[in-house]
Amino acid sequence: MTPSYLELVCPAGTPASLRAAIDAGADTVYCGFRNCTNARNYPGLNFDQDELVEGIAYAHERGRKVLVAINTFPRAGDEKPWHQAVDNAAEARADAIILADIGVLDYATRHQPSMRRHLSVQASAANALSIAFYRDHFDVKRVVLPRVLSVEDVAALIKETGMETEVFAFGSVGPMSEGRCFLSSYMTGLSPTSEGVCAPASHVAYKEDGDCIKSCLGCVTLNKFSKGEPAPYPTPCKGRYVTHGQASYLFEEPIGLNAIDILPQLKAAGVTALKIEGRQRSRAYVAEVVGAFRKALDGLAQGNTESSTNDLKNIAEGGRETFGAYKKGWR
Amino acid sequence: MKKTTTKTKKAASRLTLGPLFFHWPAEKRRDFYFRIADEADIDSVYLGEVVCSKREPFFEDFLPAVTARLRAAGKEVVFSTLALVTSEREMKAILRRVEEGFLIEANDVACLQALKDKPHVIGPFINVFNESSRDFLIRNKAKRIVLPVEIPAASIKTVAGGSKVETEVMVFGRQPLSVAMRCYHARSHGLNKDSCQFVCGQNPDGLQTQTVDGQQILTVNGTQTMSHGYAVLLEELASLQKMGVTHFRLSPQDIDMVETARLYRAVLNKTCAPDEAEIKLKTLTADVPFVNGFLHGREGLAWVQGT
Repeated sequence: MTPSYLELVCPAGTPASLRAAIDAGADTVYCGFRNCTNARNYPGLNFDQDELVEGIAYAHERGRKVLVAINTFPRAGDEKPWHQAVDNAAEARADAIILADIGVLDYATRHQPSMRRHLSVQASAANALSIAFYRDHFDVKRVVLPRVLSVEDVAALIKETGMETEVFAFGSVGPMSEGRCFLSSYMTGLSPTSEGVCAPASHVAYKEDGDCIKSCLGCVTLNKFSKGEPAPYPTPCKGRYVTHGQASYLFEEPIGLNAIDILPQLKAAGVTALKIEGRQRSRAYVAEVVGAFRKALDGLAQGNTESSTNDLKNIAEGGRETFGAYKKGWR
Repeated sequence: MKKTTTKTKKAASRLTLGPLFFHWPAEKRRDFYFRIADEADIDSVYLGEVVCSKREPFFEDFLPAVTARLRAAGKEVVFSTLALVTSEREMKAILRRVEEGFLIEANDVACLQALKDKPHVIGPFINVFNESSRDFLIRNKAKRIVLPVEIPAASIKTVAGGSKVETEVMVFGRQPLSVAMRCYHARSHGLNKDSCQFVCGQNPDGLQTQTVDGQQILTVNGTQTMSHGYAVLLEELASLQKMGVTHFRLSPQDIDMVETARLYRAVLNKTCAPDEAEIKLKTLTADVPFVNGFLHGREGLAWVQGT
C-alpha cells in the first residue's frame, strides 16, 4: 500500500530550530534531551523539560508532531537518565519516542506502554526479521531505516513487513552500520553509542604543517589540505587514508546525502516519512532545507513528478551531494 | 549468594577461539582448525562467516570435517552468523545451521527472531552495554553473552557480575570497529562489493591503512573496519575473572594461535605472570602494537600499562 502523503520529519537541535522547522513546513520535528541519552549530545544543543513542553505546545497548536530521540545505549549501572528521559517525554506528551537499546525499549514497553515507539536508525535494523523482532517484543510502530539500503531494498522491506518506515532524505551520510561503529571512540575515548558524540569538537584540532593544514581527531590525522582549501570536519569515516601507496577517501567522501530528486521513487516504494538529518545544524540551515523539501513535497502531492529545482547543493556537506546507498552500485 | 556465584564462575574460566574474520584460502582455514583441534588448549571454537556472505561457499565443503575433528577433540563448536544480514538467502543459510544442531552465535538481531526459543549465544555485534538489555536477552533464551569490544571494565563488572549468565570478553586480536554494506577492501582496489574479485583474500591479517601522516591506526577487512593494534588483555585477565567473566576469546590472527592460546591459558591458570606472557606474545606478533584502551575507558588505541 502506498501512503498518499509523505510526512516530512525535521531536526531541531534547539527550541529556535524547532519553531523554524515548523514555520518552514515540517510535519514533524524530532529533538532530544540535553544529556547523553541522545545521539547528538553536543554542547549548546538540545532541550530541557520546560523547553520540550513549550516546543510540543508550539507544534501541537499548529497540528504538527514532536518526536523525542532517546537513542543511545545506557551505561551499565547508570540507566536512570535513559529511564527518566522516557518518562519525561511521556509526561511532556511527545507524539513518539525514538529508541535503540533493547533495555530501554523494554523499559518503555513496560512503564510507558501507551507511548508510541519508533525504532532508531541506531538499532541498525536492515532486514525484515530484525524489524519483526522489535515489532513483536516492543510493539514498535515505525522503523527508521539504516542509510545502507537501495530504493529497491527499501521497497522490498516495506512490502515484506508492512511496517511504517522513515528514511533519510538529506544530510550526513554514514557508510557504517549505525549504533555499531566504534571508530570515533577508538580515536577519542568518547562513544557515539553511549555518550552520543561522534568526532566531538573537544577532540578536533586543525594544525599547520608547512603549507598545509592538518585536521586531527584525538592523536589521529584524518586529512591534509592546502591553506585556503575548504577543510571538511574530521569524522573518522570521512578521513583520507593511504592504501596501496595512495591516499583516498577509503570509506566515504565528505559529501552530503540529498534525495530531493528521487522523492517520487521513495513514495512509490511505500515510505511513510522522510527524515532530514542535522540537529547539530543552525536554525537557518534547518529553515532552508525544510522549505525546499516542503516545496518539493507539495509539488509531488499535486501530481508533479518532475524534479523540482534543487537549490540545496551549496549547503550540502562539502558542497557536494549524493544519492548515497539509494542508488545501486554504492556498495 | 552473589559471592557464591562469582566463585563458581571463577572456577570455570573457558578459553575460546572467536570466528575467523579474514578470508583465508579454504585449505589453510581447514588446516588451521585441524591444528587447533589437535594441539590447542581451547574449550570452544566459533566457526562461521561474520563479515561477508560471498566468502561462505569456499569453506562449505570442509565444514563437516572441521566440525567433527573439533568435537572429537572435546571442543564445543559454535556457529557465528554474519554481523549484517541483508538478504533472505543469508537468513536461510543461518536457519540451516540451526537445523543442523549448531549452537548459534547471533550477530544480527534478525537471528533472535529466527531462533525464537532455542538457546543461543549473543555475539559482540549485538549491543549489550547494560543490565536491562542483558536481562531481556536472558529471558529470550541467551545462554551466553559476548560483550561488545567497546565496553569498559566498570560496565563489565555490572553486566557479568550481576547475573549467572555466561559472559565472554575478547582478550586478543584486532578489534572489530565497524560493519558496513560497502566493501572497503574492494573500494581500495577501485572495485565494488559486487565486482570484488575477492581481493580481501590477499591480506590474511587484514589490509593495513595509514593516515596521510603515516600513522597506522585502522585495518580494513572486506566490509569490516578493525583496529590496527592487537587488543591484548593479559594484565587484565585476573580482574575480569573476579568480575565474573566466564569465557575469554582469542580472535584468530595470522600468527601462531596455538602458542597464543598456551600463553593465555597459563595466565588464566596463574602459572605464568601476565608481563612475562606479554613479552613472549611480542615474539609472535611482529611489530603490531598492543592496545587495551577500551577496557580502561580510554580511546581504544591506547595502551595502558598494567599496575
